[in-house]
Amino acid sequence: MTERALSIEGLRKTYSNGFQALDGIYLDVERGDFVALLGPNGAGKSTTIGIICSLITKSSGNVKVFGMDIERQRSPVRRCIGLVPQEFNFNIFEPVEEIVLNQAGYYGIPRREARRRTAAVLQQMGLWEKRRGSARELSGGMKRRLMIARALIHKPQLLILDEPTAGVDLEIRRSMWEFLRETNRSGVTIILTTHYLEEAESLCDRVAIIDRGRIVEHGPVSDLIGKLDVETFVLNTRAPLRRAPALGDYPVRLLDSRTLEVEISRRHSINVLFERLSVQGIQVLSMRNKANRLEELFLRLVDRGGR
Amino acid sequence: MSNRVALFTIVSREVLRFMRIWLQTLLPPVVVTALYFIIFGNLIGPRIGSMDGFDYSQFIMPGLVMMAVITNSYSNVVSSFYSAKFHRSIEEMLISPMPGYLILLGYTLGGVLRGLVVGVLVMAVALLFTELRVEHVWITVIIVVLTATLFSIGGFINALFAKSFDDISIVPTFVLAPLTYLGGVFYSIDMLSPFWRQISLANPILYMVNGFRYGVLGVSDIGIGVAIGLIVAMVLIAFGVALALLERGVGIRS
Ligand SMILES: Nc1ncnc2c1ncn2[C@@H]1O[C@H](COP(=O)(O)OP(=O)(O)OP(=O)(O)O)[C@@H](O)[C@H]1O
Ligand SMILES: [Mg+2]
Repeated sequence: MTERALSIEGLRKTYSNGFQALDGIYLDVERGDFVALLGPNGAGKSTTIGIICSLITKSSGNVKVFGMDIERQRSPVRRCIGLVPQEFNFNIFEPVEEIVLNQAGYYGIPRREARRRTAAVLQQMGLWEKRRGSARELSGGMKRRLMIARALIHKPQLLILDEPTAGVDLEIRRSMWEFLRETNRSGVTIILTTHYLEEAESLCDRVAIIDRGRIVEHGPVSDLIGKLDVETFVLNTRAPLRRAPALGDYPVRLLDSRTLEVEISRRHSINVLFERLSVQGIQVLSMRNKANRLEELFLRLVDRGGR
Repeated sequence: MSNRVALFTIVSREVLRFMRIWLQTLLPPVVVTALYFIIFGNLIGPRIGSMDGFDYSQFIMPGLVMMAVITNSYSNVVSSFYSAKFHRSIEEMLISPMPGYLILLGYTLGGVLRGLVVGVLVMAVALLFTELRVEHVWITVIIVVLTATLFSIGGFINALFAKSFDDISIVPTFVLAPLTYLGGVFYSIDMLSPFWRQISLANPILYMVNGFRYGVLGVSDIGIGVAIGLIVAMVLIAFGVALALLERGVGIRS
């Protein structure tokens, strides 16, 4: 099969209260891609994911998963997709093991095989010791891992994770990243949403940025960052300054007496900036990017509407 | 094969649920029935004398069993399915390849099993107070299963529309309870004036109670064929309605 893992055309969604959450989404995801779906709160990420996973009904548009229409070929489409939702959606009174076993059952996996797979995914997610307790006894990060384990039980070819690392500690996050990379390497297409842009930058090869129900940017991470024509740097000076120095066509702001914020566009060079600073006798102790580059791009893109 | 596994998963999960919380699910109907037998059967019953040629405690037994079956199958499905909506664990089923009718069937079977377990328990209690002989075993079984099916599906429809836990107790309290009490559990409709008798005939529960009474005691206010035909028709309609609502995502997909 050469079909795309996911293809979305003109997807619109108006909720029953009249709110239009999606306003014509177009998005293609190739087989084996690792895509980050980024966007501010309320942009429409979860709505899009909900429609792909048949939890939300679309108002119009087309969604195909591995070439199959999500409404006309429901059953095979659903077999391909594994979902880790943004909000906890299991019965907290059920034992951990049963939650995963039942999910296997809904996919028609016979009990014996289900038990084998459940043991495997629970061990993989570090939840084996907790399997007999009810899900309510898990910590927040463990609950999230439980949802990942559950999503893997039927070996999906397209794994969709809606903010899987929210509320997960640093160490576990790293191991989750490693796990996701490995899963992707084994051929599984992954779509993930996150508000940690460094996560998107380090994990994903492509990024789609969604804002107010539309995709405003989509492409390989490196291309997008290449589009960034201005970067903001923060400089710490040795001596206190009274006002922001005049630096010609470098926009500059004095944040506090020893901290300057300077925007440098691609047309300029950092060398010239330092020359101008030295001429005025300003010594710079250290310098850093104000934001990570993807973050900068993101803010510029979603700021456009004057939010 | 894969559908069978899925169905089995839902049904066993449902059975496990009501067994696990037996204090809330299995014990109350037993206690309530015992009270009815003590008060109406043993204390008041002898003063009432016989009804349709039976001891009063014998006469009310079928109705009490049906009452327990009806409320328990209904409430099993309505609370279990509504909780799944509330916890959002329903999404586990909605994202799976299971067709809608399987979800409906699974919950319905769960409710029927709860109804049957409670029915058997209540009958066992009845045995302590009155002698039991079942005239037509198969009719009894058929009526109980059909009734439990109907009210399980009813509970399912209720849960689809429910938006809060309050919404799941409205129908049992304001619809099922009155219809059951007025459905000839405690009296024969022959005692009523012609006007009220006619009104009573519009009460579907009357047919179930009488059908069951016919199965157990061999007497009924209603023809047994009519009773069974009517319940079957209602089951089919209810199943169709529930399935259509489910497929349209009413109350479960935004
Ligand atoms: N059931 C609903 N009814 C009405 N409006 C809704 C519903 N669900 C979501 N919305 C609205 O749709 C918009 C998009 O919501 P969505 O959950 O898709 O955002 P998101 O991109 O996932 O945001 P976040 O990063 O906060 O998770 C929001 O304005 C939200 O208020
Ligand atoms: Mg979201």
